[in-house]
Amino acid sequence: MLDPYKIREDFPILKRKVNNNPLIYFDNAATSQKPRQVIEAIRSFYENHNANVHRAVYTLSQEASELYEDAHEEVAEFINASGMEETIFVRGTTEAINLVAYSQALHDLKKNDEVIVTLMEHHSNIVPWEILSKIAGFNIKYVDVNNDGTINYESFEGAISKKTKIVCVSHVSNVTGVVNDVRRIAKTAHEYGSLVLVDGAQSVPHLPVNVKDLDVDFLAFSGHKMLGPTGIGVLYGRREILEEMAPFQGGGEMIRAVEFSSKTRRCSITWNDLPWKFEAGTPNVCGGVGLTEAVKYLKKVGMENVKEHEEALTKYVMSKMRECCKKVKIYGPQTSTAKCGIVPFGVDGVSSHDIALFLDNYGIMVRSGFHCAQPLHEVFKLNSSARASFYIYNTCEEIDRFIEILKEIEQF
Amino acid sequence: MGIVEDYVARTEGTCGKEKDVIVIFRYEKKDEAINRILKRAKVEKSLAGIVFELTFKNFSFRLYQSGKAIFRSLKNKDELNAVLTELLS
Repeated sequence: MLDPYKIREDFPILKRKVNNNPLIYFDNAATSQKPRQVIEAIRSFYENHNANVHRAVYTLSQEASELYEDAHEEVAEFINASGMEETIFVRGTTEAINLVAYSQALHDLKKNDEVIVTLMEHHSNIVPWEILSKIAGFNIKYVDVNNDGTINYESFEGAISKKTKIVCVSHVSNVTGVVNDVRRIAKTAHEYGSLVLVDGAQSVPHLPVNVKDLDVDFLAFSGHKMLGPTGIGVLYGRREILEEMAPFQGGGEMIRAVEFSSKTRRCSITWNDLPWKFEAGTPNVCGGVGLTEAVKYLKKVGMENVKEHEEALTKYVMSKMRECCKKVKIYGPQTSTAKCGIVPFGVDGVSSHDIALFLDNYGIMVRSGFHCAQPLHEVFKLNSSARASFYIYNTCEEIDRFIEILKEIEQF
Repeated sequence: MGIVEDYVARTEGTCGKEKDVIVIFRYEKKDEAINRILKRAKVEKSLAGIVFELTFKNFSFRLYQSGKAIFRSLKNKDELNAVLTELLS
């Protein structure tokens, strides 16, 4: 088991006070806090190694290129990809999903083809498909979610057909923390010849994730939710699929050659090798360096330990909510099994925003609203929800304080 | 600078069906803003001095000791601005 108190020593922000109370940060599903190792790596990069990567012969550029390539290798190993060719650095999960939508679906999907999306998806895994369906003419089929927040696998199995080209599914719901059986979905999807795109924004930071074991074609995730900096994220893609895909954006890093023909008066372009083919322009080198440190930190802690710790916190908070609070309702699954450290909840007669403002008064940070998943809130018939989400530095002691304040909120 | 800009750091529309607006007062002026508002609005309920349920004209809102307020059922930003101007004057 990990020791959250020892881990907390690495997180400078956790020493601060908010509204004269010690900071309790329970909005980890939105973004995580950063350990000093990540902060130091970013500072050191700008103080010692900053240069543009690739194609320059001077020392600084060589150093920056090596660091940036190492970052790809580190991430590839973390998710058990075959190599850095399969890990494309992007801004975050949203850009990773858009990359697949624009480079794969826009080129390969046509009228009457189908894309399957579940109703528990973050807007980032709904909106790109809605936009592109109007351009490319493909249809979208939505998979139902059960009242407890789990995927309705019968609905999925009823929706899939030979027309399905891509199945888009979250590994872990950002609202309920439900862990979906991605392996089962991928197996069925592949039987129908469909690709599988997994939104791993809430799984890669919190569970051991092995792309080979899950047998998925794409996995999208963000650095900032896993102790890394903002502005860096990853799209894992199977090498053979990425090789066939058209580039996402043009310019800079993604080009090998641009040859002008005086005869045709046009340019003929050769793409760079993977992963650079999908990383147009000057990449976020420092973001990659920060992400490397974040991955190293998580590896050192151990992803099984991360998972166990969050399961324990989830179990603890859910039992305390039931035991101590009369008006608190937990949404989604009522047990902590097959669930990550995310707990959506409400207090009878109090809006989610009031809950968040009241907690903020005591230095406790939780999210309120739709959490970018309005369709799932419609399934639950909720106007909004409050959400507490945990990470490696959270403690049962913090949960006790949170419960104490929830009891005060009940007196509204 | 108008009185609202003088006291208000930012406003934030809430995410959710409620469409409430959160007003965040400037940190250094939050206590003054809270005092002014408490003088003008009617306190319907208070919880441990942390939060006040208030009414002012036809509007109901909650004011937090941390320097934040949540307004409900406002038509638009102009209406919010008008209410805040009266409350902070």
